[in-house]
Amino acid sequence: MKSKSKNNNQLLMTLLKGRTFIVLIVLVIFFSFASKSFLSLTTLTMVAKHVALYGILALGMTFVIITGGIDLSVGSVVGLVGMLAGGLIQEGLTIGSKTIYFSVPLIIIFMLLFGCLVGLINGLIVTKLKVAPFIATLGTMYICRGFANLRSGGATFSNIKGYEGLGNTGFKVLGSNFLGIPAGVFIFAILAIIAAILLKKVPFGWYVLAVGGNEKSARLSGIKADKVKIIVYIISAFCAAWVGMINTAQLSAAHPASGDGWEMNAIAATVLGGTSMAGGSGTIIGTIVGAFVIGVINDGMTMCGVSEFWQKVIRGCVIILAVVIDQTQRNLQAKMALQARNENK
Amino acid sequence: MFDDPNVVLHCEKIDKIYPGTLALDQVSFDLLKGKVNVLIGENGAGKSTLMKMIAGIEQPSAGKMYMDGQEVFFKDTNAARAKGIGIIHQELSLFPNMTVYQNIYIGHEKKSGVFLNDAEHRKGADVILKRLEHEIPADTMVGDLRVGQQQMVEIARNLIQDDLRVLIMDEPTSSLSAAEVKVLFKIMRELLEQGISIVYISHRLEEIMEIGDHVTILRDGKYVADADVKDIELSWIVENMVGKNTQYHRFERSIDLTKAEKILEIKNMCLPKQGGGYLLDHVDMYLKKGEVLGIYGLLGAGRSELFECLMGMHPEHTGEVIYEGKPMKIGSISGQIKRGLALVPEDRQRQGLIQTLDICKNTSIASMGSFRSGPFLNNGAEEKAVDAQISDLHIKVADKKLPILSLSGGNQQKVVIAKGLLTKPTVLLMDEPSRGIDIGAKTEVFEIIHEFSERGLSIIVISSELKEIMAIADRIYVLSNGKCTGELEGDEITEDNLVRASYAGLGTGASAEA
Repeated sequence: MKSKSKNNNQLLMTLLKGRTFIVLIVLVIFFSFASKSFLSLTTLTMVAKHVALYGILALGMTFVIITGGIDLSVGSVVGLVGMLAGGLIQEGLTIGSKTIYFSVPLIIIFMLLFGCLVGLINGLIVTKLKVAPFIATLGTMYICRGFANLRSGGATFSNIKGYEGLGNTGFKVLGSNFLGIPAGVFIFAILAIIAAILLKKVPFGWYVLAVGGNEKSARLSGIKADKVKIIVYIISAFCAAWVGMINTAQLSAAHPASGDGWEMNAIAATVLGGTSMAGGSGTIIGTIVGAFVIGVINDGMTMCGVSEFWQKVIRGCVIILAVVIDQTQRNLQAKMALQARNENK
Repeated sequence: MFDDPNVVLHCEKIDKIYPGTLALDQVSFDLLKGKVNVLIGENGAGKSTLMKMIAGIEQPSAGKMYMDGQEVFFKDTNAARAKGIGIIHQELSLFPNMTVYQNIYIGHEKKSGVFLNDAEHRKGADVILKRLEHEIPADTMVGDLRVGQQQMVEIARNLIQDDLRVLIMDEPTSSLSAAEVKVLFKIMRELLEQGISIVYISHRLEEIMEIGDHVTILRDGKYVADADVKDIELSWIVENMVGKNTQYHRFERSIDLTKAEKILEIKNMCLPKQGGGYLLDHVDMYLKKGEVLGIYGLLGAGRSELFECLMGMHPEHTGEVIYEGKPMKIGSISGQIKRGLALVPEDRQRQGLIQTLDICKNTSIASMGSFRSGPFLNNGAEEKAVDAQISDLHIKVADKKLPILSLSGGNQQKVVIAKGLLTKPTVLLMDEPSRGIDIGAKTEVFEIIHEFSERGLSIIVISSELKEIMAIADRIYVLSNGKCTGELEGDEITEDNLVRASYAGLGTGASAEA
């Protein structure tokens, strides 16, 4: 009798652990029946394109949330980086009477560095000025969005092809397909591998978990908690800078409102992937699956003709449900640990 | 200058000042090489503070430390660790969200190239845990372990350090079972043979007599005495720990308590501890009308938990409470206040006061409901009641609309007491009412306790200071490890009886279930 309930618990546990993946498969099956064109190559490529954008943001967000923080500024960084990159290609950089046009690799490097700078600022505000992460990044969210609009007075940079004569063509590569797969997906894959290594295979990953699990103990163990926190915000903004460029290249234009609200998709993907908002636990693979769920729900509902308004309602329900299930899993885990402990006695 | 080969670390006149208190006052301390150096003192004597200095967790306000004849300064734990100093903390400092091997190796990761060598981590963790006779799978999450096992992981963390010279153990046995304590002592003897010096803080006196080599006693942040364990007896320790100089005047009672009826009776109260065992272990006690009942015990003996149960903060407790002759079903906190119970909590800042409110509101907040005309607050009645309390308790207040933090600690404490009294309680529960206030304010608080008990209020006072509780209480219960280990009255109330009873529940076998 007892062992049966234990087996049931274990089965339930396995199902719960793989729940996001199960949900993903159910969603794909559901949408392929609901909409005939869902399982086509064009649709799947489009879904992958969107998933890559949310996914890259969610990778960085995972680090931040594991330390117990949050980064609301990523959506605005996407917009601002797009505008800065677009501006550098279309207008160049004017210093005094001279205008310099940079080559595309240089622009990419500048944009990544700029992303790191925003992350550094976020990290410093959180650690040195001791502002709550929610407020600090809410502030930089508005600041970045403001600058994105100021860069062009609200207008769009529509020429991101560059000029042959100036040697700054090629930015569109970030938005094109290779072997039928969008470049963004490749970048997502590479960044995901790097993120997984960072979290699992090097000491830094332990420090991130430690700071999120018990910050005081982390300090007592000689871990520089402030440094760890600053680095996770840099990682997050670095990821956002990639998304800013990929998005601009995909759209063939830089618009100051780009990325508006994407931080919420990133947070949703992270939480769906099992990262605890309280900090201390989370995995990269979970976040990837979470990003796919968000992407499939969004595009699937659009294809089925669900109105944009209802989509929001449904997305909200999915997120709350995910967290409720997450807590159920944790409670069950605690119960099983207690059971195992009593049996050992 | 300090180049004694038998001393591994020497502290010279260390001061540590926290805002408002002098936690360490010119303390000098020799850490003897290859010995178990025991630190003894009451709660708040400065033992843990001194160890925090040595481990680099906090820095002295004044004074110097020497190792190998050279002055050292530890700006953080890494600096102390570099000198071979490890610490096992009183409160566990583990990461419940990480595995056993991650907890053991964090801060000292083994790497191949830039990558973590988890195979070596697992192997090393297995080896060290085997040595500790606790073969816990290295991949287990620490949050899933029993407290005793967690303590072993905490010890294992320090043992992986190759260049360990000093190991500080701050009450390492408080959550260990008898068998685990035996293993720990075995390990300690092994470490001594390797030339490692140990600092050992414990409240369990019999343990100290068993494992200790040299004893240093601190009291109120000052050095009191030191001696080799072989030269001393338990009574010497108690005498030095408690001191002789501070004497409070003992209050004379005009009420004949022998005839007073019982107003509150607790029968068989139990509060289960997470992970097994009890915080309160079948406690029986009673309180008479107009009596000042003292509850003495060490930290973690279950004193505050008893109050919390009575106030309805632990619905999971079991047992019977009889109040004013009738069985009481304990529900919500507000319900308990309405019935006539009031609590003056232990932590004034966090539980007693609302810092953002002024003195007046802090005093009246718990009895706000009684100052109403219709749905509106009756400010006049409220202020009148607050004024009455201020003059009754002699709270020194320039203006009751000033922020609460503008008051001294003693007057803040009186505001918390006034808040409790304003709810017109029949029974007043006071948890460490004299903590963190100066000696003058202490005396005043005791006078308030005495005066109100004379007026017929029944009061239970928790204190960990022997002299105080002996001065104010008519009768004392001693709690130890959740059990009631003594009931003392009249001439039975002596320091020796109190201290002995406070250790009685810790008997090595008794805590096996902990």
